[in-house]
Amino acid sequence: MLALSIRGLTKTYRNGVQALRGVDLDVEQGDFFALLGPNGAGKTTLIGIITSLVNKTSGTASVFGYDLDAQLERAKSCIGVVPQELNFNQFETPLTIVINQAGFYGIPRPVARERAEKYLKQLQLWDKRNGMARGLSGGMKRRLMIARALMHEPRLLVLDEPTAGVDIEIRRSMWDFLNEINASGTTIILTTHYLEEAENLCRNIAIIDNGQIVERDRMSNLLRGLHTETFVLNLRDPIAAAPQIAGFAITRIDDHTLEAEVSKDQGLNGLFAQLAAQRLEVLSMRNKVNRLEEVFMRLVEHKSAHG
Amino acid sequence: MAEASASTPVIGGGAGAPGTATPSLNSTRWIGFATIVIREYSRIVRIWGQTLVPSAVTAILYFVIFGSLIGRRVGQMGGFDYMQYIAPGLIMMSVITNSYGNSVSSFFGAKFGKHVEELLVSPLPNWIIVAGYATGGLVRGMMVGGVVTVVSLIFARLPVQHLGLIVAAVLLTSLIFSLGGFINAVFAKNFDQVNWIPAFVLTPLTYFGGVFYSVAMLPPWARALSHVNPILHMVNAFRYGFLGVSDVSIAGAFGIMVALVVALFVAALQLMNRGVGIRD
Repeated sequence: MLALSIRGLTKTYRNGVQALRGVDLDVEQGDFFALLGPNGAGKTTLIGIITSLVNKTSGTASVFGYDLDAQLERAKSCIGVVPQELNFNQFETPLTIVINQAGFYGIPRPVARERAEKYLKQLQLWDKRNGMARGLSGGMKRRLMIARALMHEPRLLVLDEPTAGVDIEIRRSMWDFLNEINASGTTIILTTHYLEEAENLCRNIAIIDNGQIVERDRMSNLLRGLHTETFVLNLRDPIAAAPQIAGFAITRIDDHTLEAEVSKDQGLNGLFAQLAAQRLEVLSMRNKVNRLEEVFMRLVEHKSAHG
Repeated sequence: MAEASASTPVIGGGAGAPGTATPSLNSTRWIGFATIVIREYSRIVRIWGQTLVPSAVTAILYFVIFGSLIGRRVGQMGGFDYMQYIAPGLIMMSVITNSYGNSVSSFFGAKFGKHVEELLVSPLPNWIIVAGYATGGLVRGMMVGGVVTVVSLIFARLPVQHLGLIVAAVLLTSLIFSLGGFINAVFAKNFDQVNWIPAFVLTPLTYFGGVFYSVAMLPPWARALSHVNPILHMVNAFRYGFLGVSDVSIAGAFGIMVALVVALFVAALQLMNRGVGIRD
């Protein structure tokens, strides 16, 4: 069953900006799906239409078979949303915020109280439940929005930049949490600027640019399509110039750093053998950019060049 | 987040999930409506210094200055002491101001703080959202009206001629201004626009709405003009319930009030359906 099905979705704002230009997109039930795109590509508009915060211009969308035009209440019952911007009353307590949100989805108060305890504890906010929400740290506010979105136990969770501004430790623990709720059956759609996040979490991906889906594939297929990777090598001893190594493009960055472009069919043994032959000892190595970032940049740049 | 990893959350069942009880739309609507009203009530009580106290203080000042000091020189009006005559009007004035003020400030605050999105993404239909905010304004109108009634009883004896008419008039008036405040909030783009209507429309209409005088005292043209003012009809219907005297037809007054409730509710719903001021 499809968690989300979109056909021919367009959106033109009153100022004439065409944010979506005929988007078709399917997301399978149970998927952990990445929706990526540069700023202004149309991601937030697309999510806004799915969550009915933005009126569409044309096209259709359905959530678990419920049409957004004909069965809006049923469709919205299936969706939980964590928006990009903070949108809770900063003068209410976290406990009040999550219990009220449950009420808006028809969850009776006794059940809402139990769930509030469960999710606020899971997101480590239980100790803060009775303080003003404005007193929470940035990371806590983000987690509060996740707890709020889970209160009606949605079948589809839409996360728009959920870890923006969150430190790496909390971000990684949020990844664990999201993986767990996905494993328990919740379909997740994630937009993020942290491509490492999408690569680690998501099984399928769509890239949107200039209001159109420019790529839609399994994450593994997309990454497999990469032909070259760039590695950054840290050397023990300083070098004055980039070494000449047959078959590899080598660039000297500074005294102790080289960049090596390695195509997929080459492997790294040949590179290391030639470096060793030139008595260059490599202390450490890392990918210059995240692999998904490379794919993303190529797709977006290719589109701009031809657009 | 350690606990998050330790215990796997069992979610994803959600509304309408296979094997789970799907809440009926009616139950969702009813619980959602009650939640909006409870949230409004909690807000009113949380900021009681802004919501409940000022009207009581204003009423005391009106009774002392207009009723006690100036009122003695005015003598009788409509066959009653001036203090008795103005008491229903002052109660109604506080109901009007507070019903309007609650809806306009609460809904505009929700727009400004973006937490209106909590409601917009929920499955609650727009008519429930409008009804919830209108009832929130009604709750504050009744709470403040109750406080001002208690204050007025310190200064004047208030007979009750028609209890049913008193209740009906105050409920309808409160609803009218709650809905008016909601519509103001839908259109408002900044805090100035929240204050324009109360300052430049509501206050003049209330003062010319027969709170402090009988329109029978006015020249014919001013009397005719006053009848266009809906607040005159509301105040007189309410006063009739207490004192049994009115400058207007009671049936006509209730006709106007019911028509205004229906018209404003439909207008508010249309604005919500079109997403004016809240959806791009």
